[in-house]
Amino acid sequence: MRTVVWYGGLGLLTGRVLRSLALPPKYFRLILREIESMGVQSLGVALTAAIFTGMVFTIQSAVNMARFGAETYVGPVAALAILRELGPVLTAILVGGKVASGITAELGSMKVTEQIDALRTLGVNYVKRLVVPRVLASLVVFPLLTVLTDAVGVLGGMVIMSVERGADLYAYWNTTTYWVVPKDFFTGVGKSVFFGAIVTLIGCYNGLSTEGGTEGLGRATTATVVHVTMGVIVSDFFLTKLFLTLFY
Amino acid sequence: MAQTIVEAIDVQKNFDAVEVLRGVSFALAKGETLVVMGGSGSGKTVLLRLVAGLIRPDAGQIRVFDHAIERLSEEDLLLLRRRMGFVFQGAALFDSLSVYENVAYPLREHTSLGEAEIRERVVRNLSLVGLGSEVLGLLPAELSGGMKKRVGIARALSVEPEVLLFDEPTGGLDPTNAKLVGELIRELRAGVCDTAIVVTHDIELAKAVADRVAVLIAGRFATLGPVAAVLETTDTAVQAFLAGEAR
Repeated sequence: MRTVVWYGGLGLLTGRVLRSLALPPKYFRLILREIESMGVQSLGVALTAAIFTGMVFTIQSAVNMARFGAETYVGPVAALAILRELGPVLTAILVGGKVASGITAELGSMKVTEQIDALRTLGVNYVKRLVVPRVLASLVVFPLLTVLTDAVGVLGGMVIMSVERGADLYAYWNTTTYWVVPKDFFTGVGKSVFFGAIVTLIGCYNGLSTEGGTEGLGRATTATVVHVTMGVIVSDFFLTKLFLTLFY
Repeated sequence: MAQTIVEAIDVQKNFDAVEVLRGVSFALAKGETLVVMGGSGSGKTVLLRLVAGLIRPDAGQIRVFDHAIERLSEEDLLLLRRRMGFVFQGAALFDSLSVYENVAYPLREHTSLGEAEIRERVVRNLSLVGLGSEVLGLLPAELSGGMKKRVGIARALSVEPEVLLFDEPTGGLDPTNAKLVGELIRELRAGVCDTAIVVTHDIELAKAVADRVAVLIAGRFATLGPVAAVLETTDTAVQAFLAGEAR
C-alpha cells in the first residue's frame, strides 16, 4: 500500500511541476543557484568515477577481447559502453544520490519545522519556489555532467590502453570514431535528461512527504538514495528500449 | 452589523481513526478576537490550520472572506492566504535567511517594491513588535524564543493581513515574555490588524486579548462566549479545564 501511495504522490508532484513550469523572472536566479549547487559541487565525484570506470572497463575489455583476437575493437566497445550506458547511468546514480539526498534533507527539514507551511501561509507556491527550479536545473546539469564524464571516461580508456597495452593512440582513436556514431552519444545524453528529472523529483517528493521529526528525516534521506538508484536502473531499461526503437 | 471574516459550520476532521474535531461551529466578525482554548491534542491547532486552508475538513464548511475554502484549489488558496497572517507556534522562520530576509520575504514575493521601500517596511514591522534594527542581520538560530515569535509576527504582518491567526503565541515562553506577547497582540488590534483567532491553553493570555473565548473539549466547543461568561460557566468539563484538572 505504501508503495502505491509513494508512486501516486510522486505522480501528483510531477503533475504539479508540469503545471507550474512558467516561473516568474525573479526565480531564474534560483535555477542558476541550483545549477551551481548541483553541477559545480558534483564535478569532482562525477569525473573521478568516470576516469576510473573508463580505465577499468577498457583494461578488462582489452584483456578478455585479446583472448578472441579482437583487441583492435576495444576502443569502440569501451566508447559505446561509456557513451550509451556507463556515462549517463553512473552520473545519475552517483551525482543523483548526492543531489537528491541533499534535496530531501533540505526540504524534509523545512517540512518538519513547518517552513513549507509558512511558505503556503505567505501565499507562496512552494512547488514553484522549491521544486521547479531544482527540476529545471537538473535538466541542464545532468546532460552537461554526462558529456564531461563521457569525455573523461573515453580519455581514461585511451590512456590506460596506451600505458598498459602499448596501444597506438592514433589507431585507437580512428577505430573508435569509425564505429561510434553521433546518435550513440546523443541517446546517452538524452537519457541523462530523464535521469535528472527522475532523480530531482524523487529527492523533492521524499523531502516534502517527510514525517516524524528528525528520525523521519533520516529515514527519508536514506530512502532517497535507494529510490534514486532503483529509479535510474529501472528507467534505464525502458529508456534503452525506447531509444533503440526510435533511433536504431 | 460587522462583516463576518471566518465562519465554520459543523466542521469535522479525523486523522486515521481519531476524530479530532466532531462538529465545530463559530463565526468571527471583523474587529473581533476569538481565543480558542483547550488541552494538548484537543484539536486547537488543527482548527487554525483548517481556517488557513492548510488542511481540508472531512465534513462541514469553512468560509473565509466569503469563500468556501474547502472547495478552493491550492492556487486559489494562495491568493486568499495573502489576506491572512499565520503565526506558528515555533515561529517557522526560514532558518537559512536573516531576520531581515524573513520579514522581507512576502514583500519580495508579492510586490515590486524597491530595496529601500522593503527595508523601510521591514524596520517598521519589526518596530511594531518591539524589535530594533540591531536584529536585522541575525539568523533565527541566534534569536531567543520570544524574539523568534516576534519576528514570526512581523513576517505575518508583511502581507498586511486582514485577520491574524496565532498558534500558541505564548507557548514555550517565560511569564515575562508571555505577558509581552499578550500586550503585543492587544496593541496590534489598535490599527494594524483588528481581527484575530488566537489558539492557546494560556488562560491569562485569553483574559488579556479575547473578545470571546471558546473551549474545545472532545472535538467540540464546550462553551463559546465573552471571557467573563466562560470563566463563570457551570459546565463541569470547562470548569475542570480552567482549573487545570481536566484529563
